[in-house]
Amino acid sequence: MPNLSNEISNSIKDAYQKQQVLNISAGKTKQFYGRNINAKSLSLTEHAGIIEYEPTELYITARSGTPLAEIEQMVADHNQILPCEPPRFGDNATLGGTIACGLAGPRRVSAGNVRDCVLGTEIINGKGETLRFGGKVMKNVAGYDVSRLMCGALGTLGAIMSISIRLLPKPEKEETIAITIDCTTAIDKLNQWAKTPMPISASFYDGSELYIRLSSSESAIKACKKSIGGELINNHGSFWNGVKEQTHAFFKTDKPLWRISVPSNTRLLNINGDSVMEWNGALRWYSTNEDQKTVRTEAIKAGGHATLFKGGVTDQIFHPLPKVSFDLHKKLKQVFDPANILNPGKMFTEL
Amino acid sequence: MPEPISTPDLANQFCKVVPKDAVLTRDEQLMPYECDALTAYRQLPRLALLPSSIEEIKAIVKICNEYQIPIVARGAGTSLSGGALPHKDGILLNLAKLSQILEIDTQNRTATVQPGVRNLAISEAAEPYGLYYAPDPSSQIACTIGGNIAENSGGVHCLKYGLTLHNILALKILTIEGEVLELGGKNLDSPGYDLLALMIGSEGMLGITLEVTVKLLPHPHDKKVMLAAFDDIQRAGDAVNGIISNGVIPAGLEMLDQLTIQATEMYCNPGYPSNAAAILICELDGFDEELETQVELVKEILNEHQAIEVRVAKDKQEAELLWLGRKASFPALGNLTPDYYCMDGTIPRKHLAHVLESISNLSKKHGLRVANVFHAGDGNLHPVILYDANISGELEIAEKLGGEILELCVTVGGTITGEHGVGVEKLNQMCVQFSEAEISTFHAIKAAFDEHELLNPGKAIPTLHRCAELGAMHVHQGKLPHPDLPRF
Repeated sequence: MPNLSNEISNSIKDAYQKQQVLNISAGKTKQFYGRNINAKSLSLTEHAGIIEYEPTELYITARSGTPLAEIEQMVADHNQILPCEPPRFGDNATLGGTIACGLAGPRRVSAGNVRDCVLGTEIINGKGETLRFGGKVMKNVAGYDVSRLMCGALGTLGAIMSISIRLLPKPEKEETIAITIDCTTAIDKLNQWAKTPMPISASFYDGSELYIRLSSSESAIKACKKSIGGELINNHGSFWNGVKEQTHAFFKTDKPLWRISVPSNTRLLNINGDSVMEWNGALRWYSTNEDQKTVRTEAIKAGGHATLFKGGVTDQIFHPLPKVSFDLHKKLKQVFDPANILNPGKMFTEL
Repeated sequence: MPEPISTPDLANQFCKVVPKDAVLTRDEQLMPYECDALTAYRQLPRLALLPSSIEEIKAIVKICNEYQIPIVARGAGTSLSGGALPHKDGILLNLAKLSQILEIDTQNRTATVQPGVRNLAISEAAEPYGLYYAPDPSSQIACTIGGNIAENSGGVHCLKYGLTLHNILALKILTIEGEVLELGGKNLDSPGYDLLALMIGSEGMLGITLEVTVKLLPHPHDKKVMLAAFDDIQRAGDAVNGIISNGVIPAGLEMLDQLTIQATEMYCNPGYPSNAAAILICELDGFDEELETQVELVKEILNEHQAIEVRVAKDKQEAELLWLGRKASFPALGNLTPDYYCMDGTIPRKHLAHVLESISNLSKKHGLRVANVFHAGDGNLHPVILYDANISGELEIAEKLGGEILELCVTVGGTITGEHGVGVEKLNQMCVQFSEAEISTFHAIKAAFDEHELLNPGKAIPTLHRCAELGAMHVHQGKLPHPDLPRF
């Protein structure tokens, strides 16, 4: 696959001169995420290909348009995984989009967030300059951590050209057990277990059943199953895929879908509607018609924040930021994109 | 610019907002602050201040902002890169008195602490609940969490448990304008840009840390410590790659070369095989049965790579003895030489043997001995250059040799600093690692937080002028150094 850095850089330089706003995208599988913007499309899909993969070094470097599926297959062939287990939300998902959205999957609790596995990036800023930050080694403290700043920035600070990602060995074995339990007990149990070294790599509570994925050696899993109890489930791979890709029945809803991030031990939120829980209780999904003020207030009370993930009519997708933080956001936007042409408004109206 | 203020007048201003004995003015009071653990650089500040509350810090920063006085914040002063070196026109802000552990939240498994709390003190406070704070820089008994945030400190266990960055949930930061910026929370993500990641490792140049919330982990079920000796350093390097490519992530994987082995044997007698060219110390942790399987697998791999000896510690005492030599490496090397200079480059592991050989050649070229003791698992080298500062010109040779080692790390695709930070020490090598546009971006980020460059000015990011003077960057044609190398 070709290296289109020069072409993309020229497009951005051109847009910078003409003050032409751009909508940077690739596989378009996560277009629903963030605010709608009206701008000229700049697709990174063709800028694809794995640049470097050395299993013994535990990293992979690929261009932003590389399909996530291709990368996951490549590392799976060497018994490795992307630690953050990112959702694809469609066949065409790319590595660049994954980093720009910064959404982690079920393994978040044991293996970290998307930014935690980013080692380095090459970006093109809003003036068309190619910049490289970080590297491909895990320990690297030279300069400010700009590569991680790109995670979750929704392309508003630069077009991501390539990324180096840290990998982990695939667990020797994984099994999932289901326990019938009420919500409060589920929250208690999850937080108790998290205080033990048990190898819990994912959790999901659907309102009546708590699903726990254990990832370790066969013998360690056996020991943990005994202390947790519950029943083994079949086809657990497809179960977790359903949670990650939101094809699980809960997510098939016409109501607005809220993503609420709270401290894991937070009690049941006072929001009407259906809900499920991931990440040992630290991630709550609500399918609800409640107004955004109610949802956001509940999230704040719990010490968290709420994102209108899908659906709804509000223009405010992400939790509003305090002024001191938002002022810094605007200044950083200026640093990377002085003409305000890269995905302007995708995250917040003024960004 | 405001009118310049005399130092006595400035001291009087501070005395209005903090107790008199917290304003240090005399040279003998300032001497303890003239350097951090990088003693080759020394500078007295105009004044040193010891606030004991957040309100006092706010009042100090307000005065500094008004009179445009540079501020260098300092924790325990254990930085190895001169990160806490005072500024000649500035004040030294000692945060050591802010040493309260504010909360241990056992349910959410977090600790909220003030910036002057020692790294180890967090784990000690969490111990009764069976929890601990994972990053363990070698100075953990003394270094403060505020300093760890500034440097994104690592340690021997970060291969498995991550750096400071991976273990911090929230920060309360005071901006130079005197506003409190709250980043993160006890939850696992935040809206907006990841300013938390940007702040960690920013060497005190973007804000002053007022409060830190860290993630606490349960202790591993059990751990095993092993030692393997090799008669060839290349084989030791290959064994490291062998372990990792077999799907094992040790909690720690350290290598010591012959000079270091001999030095530690003389110093504390940990019982290392003195005939070895290199030894590996490998700590594995996990659940009972899982751990047994891993120990057997690692033993097999070590033998495949022709280890001349493999030992597994039978009990806690033996495990501690195996770690003792590693942990005493630096003082042990200090016994061999009047002075030493510790470097901190990181490289992709596959280049280990090549880089060690090149370091040995550089050592011969410059006529100074170099010992190697390092975090082999994550490719983080600590070449230790032995020299004598009393011999005229030897410090300069050591610095030159060190600089060449760091440039070698960049050439093979690594970085000039893995965990010690740039500080004042590696400003020149920053010009090698980054292009003009990249360094300009760093300066612009700094200006977004601190327009007048009052927070730890002159550290971490070199001026473009400095880089141009060094000639390390071909700024005329916009060409990068080493244009043939892919850099990501």
